[in-house]
Amino acid sequence: MSDLKKIKDEFILKLKKKLNLSEINEIKSNLFGKNGLVSSQFKNIGSIAENERKKFATDLNIIKDELQDLINHKIKEINNEEISEKLEKEKIDITLPERVFVRGKIHPVSQTIDEISSIFSEIGFSIEEGPDVENEYNNFTALNTPDYHPARDLHDTFYLDQKKERLLRTHTSPVQIRTMLKDKPPFKIIAPGRTYRSDSDQTHSPMFHQVEGLHIDKDINMGHLKGCLNYFIKEFFEVNKIKMRFRPSHFPFTEPSAEVDIGYEIKDGKIMIGEGDQWLEILGCGMVHPNVLKNVKVDPTKFQGYAFGIGIDRLAMLKYGINDLRSFFDCDYRWLNHFGFDPLDVPTNYRGLSR
Amino acid sequence: MKITFDWLKDYLSTNLKEEKLLEQLTNIGLEVEKVENLSLSLNLFKIAKIIKTEKHPNADRLKVCDVNIGEKNLKKIVCGAENARDGLITIYAPPGAIIPKTKLKLVEAKIRGVTSFGMLCSGFELNLSEESEGIIELSSSKYSKSIGKSYFSKSVSNLIDLSITPNRPDCLGIRGIARDLAASGFGKIKNIKEKKITSKIKQTLKVKINKEDGQGCNAFGSCLITNVKNSESPQWLRDKLISVGQKPISAIVDITNYVMLDINRPLHAYDADKIEKWIIVRNSKSGEEFTALDNKKYKLEKGMCVISDNKGVLGLGGIIGGTRSGTALDTKNILLESAYFDPRSIRNTAKKLNLDTDAKFRFERGIDPLSIEEGLNKAAFLIKEICGGEISKVDIQKIENYKVRTIKFDPKLFEKITGFKISTKKMLKIFEDLGFKSKKERKYFKLNIPSWRPDILQEVDVVEELVRISGYDKIITIDPIKERTKSPLTKYQKLFHFLQRAVASKGYLEAITWSFTDPSYNDYFKGMNNEIKIVNPISSELGVLRNSIYSNLIKYINKNLDRGFKDLSIFEIGPIFTGYNPGQQNTVVCGLSAGKKSRSSWIDKERNVDVFDVKRDVIQTLVEAGYNSDKFFIDNETPNYYHPGKSGRLFLNKGKDQVAAYFGEIHPNILKNIDLKTESLVGFEIFLDNLKLPKKTLNDQKIKYNVSDFQKSERDFAFVVNKEVKAQDIISAVSSVDQNLISNIRVFDVYEGENILENQKSIAISVTIQSSEKTLNDKDLENINNLIIQTVENKTGAKIRS
Repeated sequence: MSDLKKIKDEFILKLKKKLNLSEINEIKSNLFGKNGLVSSQFKNIGSIAENERKKFATDLNIIKDELQDLINHKIKEINNEEISEKLEKEKIDITLPERVFVRGKIHPVSQTIDEISSIFSEIGFSIEEGPDVENEYNNFTALNTPDYHPARDLHDTFYLDQKKERLLRTHTSPVQIRTMLKDKPPFKIIAPGRTYRSDSDQTHSPMFHQVEGLHIDKDINMGHLKGCLNYFIKEFFEVNKIKMRFRPSHFPFTEPSAEVDIGYEIKDGKIMIGEGDQWLEILGCGMVHPNVLKNVKVDPTKFQGYAFGIGIDRLAMLKYGINDLRSFFDCDYRWLNHFGFDPLDVPTNYRGLSR
Repeated sequence: MKITFDWLKDYLSTNLKEEKLLEQLTNIGLEVEKVENLSLSLNLFKIAKIIKTEKHPNADRLKVCDVNIGEKNLKKIVCGAENARDGLITIYAPPGAIIPKTKLKLVEAKIRGVTSFGMLCSGFELNLSEESEGIIELSSSKYSKSIGKSYFSKSVSNLIDLSITPNRPDCLGIRGIARDLAASGFGKIKNIKEKKITSKIKQTLKVKINKEDGQGCNAFGSCLITNVKNSESPQWLRDKLISVGQKPISAIVDITNYVMLDINRPLHAYDADKIEKWIIVRNSKSGEEFTALDNKKYKLEKGMCVISDNKGVLGLGGIIGGTRSGTALDTKNILLESAYFDPRSIRNTAKKLNLDTDAKFRFERGIDPLSIEEGLNKAAFLIKEICGGEISKVDIQKIENYKVRTIKFDPKLFEKITGFKISTKKMLKIFEDLGFKSKKERKYFKLNIPSWRPDILQEVDVVEELVRISGYDKIITIDPIKERTKSPLTKYQKLFHFLQRAVASKGYLEAITWSFTDPSYNDYFKGMNNEIKIVNPISSELGVLRNSIYSNLIKYINKNLDRGFKDLSIFEIGPIFTGYNPGQQNTVVCGLSAGKKSRSSWIDKERNVDVFDVKRDVIQTLVEAGYNSDKFFIDNETPNYYHPGKSGRLFLNKGKDQVAAYFGEIHPNILKNIDLKTESLVGFEIFLDNLKLPKKTLNDQKIKYNVSDFQKSERDFAFVVNKEVKAQDIISAVSSVDQNLISNIRVFDVYEGENILENQKSIAISVTIQSSEKTLNDKDLENINNLIIQTVENKTGAKIRS
């Protein structure tokens, strides 16, 4: 008995001193090694008198656990100290600049196209496309704008041949023609894309972007047109209320035709959409002309519907406060960085357009 | 179309305010573009008399004039006009006045050291004549008592500029606008009785319309007015014309202009004494010539509608008159023409001759064919009133009679198209107000379309009239249904959007440049394509459709380098063109990187962007889009705008189907030619139309999940090969050994130089070997090792380096 107590007291005393790892390991082997003090006591259990043997074994186990705990604790302590010491040495100036990361950006026109597509897809429109080079028929004649029609003068057209048969499309409306010739009604499409007019000054660019809309079914009327555009404008500008004005206009391919203005005001030099008493024209639309339907072999007594055309660049300018149309196509690094969007900012239906 | 409220009131009785007028015009489709207040500034222009002129002390050509402007003190005014002289009565503009021609505001200014208090005006500056030489000379008998008074009449009402759509020629006249306004409830139309010519004098000049194919004139009305005295127009007429921005010229011209603006009836006045024998309206012969009133000589093609006499062409009908028979201040006898010309004929001729006149603008939109006589009546009486003379009978030659157009209109169509109802009573009222004659025939209306509405051809045009006058605000908004029957985007469109954002996420700024480009730049990048010329480009520097996006991007990279940026990455996704026909275009993602990947910093070494940067961007983009990079095949056959040694061509499959992408350094010669200075310029092109579309669904895109938990081993090999042997050859040789066991191959060293023969190189690779079935033992590994060495040696002629 006194043997065990002696061992315990002696080693507890030793372990209380400041020790390094090898000193602890030495103690450990002195106690628990093959011939260690504690290990050898276990070998003695057999030789102890039967009436004392149980108690001896119990005491021995207690002492063993106590000393082992003490040693483990001591080792942990030393390890922690070592790590702390190492970490202390590894301290750096964290205010030094990080590695450079170059961000790419999405052009505001592309972002706007994605926003428009997202909004219209929510109400059942799918996206169609058409070529930039068009023939005269799709761009004008099929759209009820024959050669003698004065409305042609409103389109300054780029031609690719002397006969004026091939041209750069002056609007996205020929996609209407292509879509209707290709498929059977009903039609519910939008067609964003590049358009061209030989007009170049501060407010005109020879290339710009439009989105065409077309909805043809059995009973689509001007009320649907108004509702569709009202929905789009509200969603696009992310406002609850929108002031919108439909007023009569004329396009050869729609009858009746309308132009749509939205209300705005300038507050602190910034344009506020949906408020104020100024009007801004943003799109043209109307009920597709029966002649156009006939041209694409759709029976106008059975089917009817609306079409619209919106200037995409104009919408982007209004929404994002861009003043100069020409700057869209100037590729100024500073401009692209300033007005561009993070590629992760994908406009979606479920989370809305803005972050 | 420029109008004033005052002029409208000739036809419209109303107490409503101008503000309401502007709103209503826009509401019925006559869009107000601009409202100009002329009276405020015009009132400032005063009748003034030069008392004394002296030579300017510092300038030979200038004079310093003492001018009486009706105030106590004379004003000193510097003037450069030759005709400025003592006693001349002219028009004075004080500082603050806005010069009508230039829209510039006058300020008190020192001219060569002498202060000028305003200026003396020329007719040109005041939009009163084309004469820019000298200042206006007013007759002293008429104006000497008016010194100091305002030259323009006091109450000029606002000038309202309307944008009239091409379908509404009737609203190119004040009366037509008034009619529309009244129909919409803005005021009431005044009942003005038309005064008819009841002369007994014969119209003695013979007029004939030739009946021939393509005759552009089907009716020609005329009357003679003899013994007139042409003069300056009276004040009321001058004011009226000036109020809508027109220049008064002489009474006869002013009257014809006035009638045109008032009721949209173009007229032409000839000096009857200059017409030889008769008037024949006929098709022109090829090569005929005449000098028009714009003082230009026109050579005509065959078949243009001309007004001619015995000597030849007098004018182009409905477009422009000729100088030979024009009226002047000394004209005594006038032939007044009021005719109907076919819009298509007018348009063809004007287009061919590149002529644009007010008359042409109106005739090509369609003039009221029944207004011939009315126009003659109105103008003839005014001429008689102002210039005196005798009016002859009206002579009207016709080769065709006007037929009233009728439309059977189903009133139900209105609700079907517009979605709302209006009462039959309301419909009838609108028809009446707009001049339609309507008759109810069972369920339909039989409508007689007014002669001044060439735009109303079918039922739906009638619907537009009804909804326009009722007001578009009556249309009920029907909210859209959120229902989707078709996928919004096609696979191709999805790929487009994916690639766009994938490239942007690699540090490229997206640019959008024009689809046309500079032919000299296009030449560098057109490759095998033909140049596609635009017939009428904005400028020769934008004269061709681009065969490659590089031509634009490189230009803009250069501009940005000039702005002082060094490290630039931009890209564009868009069309390139391969032919003149619709559809001969491809969509390309094209990127350019210039400068350095990293500039020297405290943490990283600097290095230039290089071909392996763009290679990574291309491959990573394609991998993200769902293509398997294990199958990619790359060689170095690239177009001539790439550095021949540092560029590559990528196929999605070894089968070399279609080129998926090019990448590489841009050829140094191009950089030199366009004077582009950068440390390095690399780029890539991915051809969307050559990529096969990804599999249908996300489910299909994911292959079966299959991983191995058995032990991996890595083995390193170094091969010595001839220099031409590509890393790709070695890698594909290794992977061909056993697809199931070889899970990764990494090139960790390429070495040329000491200990290696001159035409050889050493390529060191690390191969990861792992089985999905068992842990490989030493023998298995040994076998694979040997197999790898053997295969590579056999396929590439390599030798393992020991």
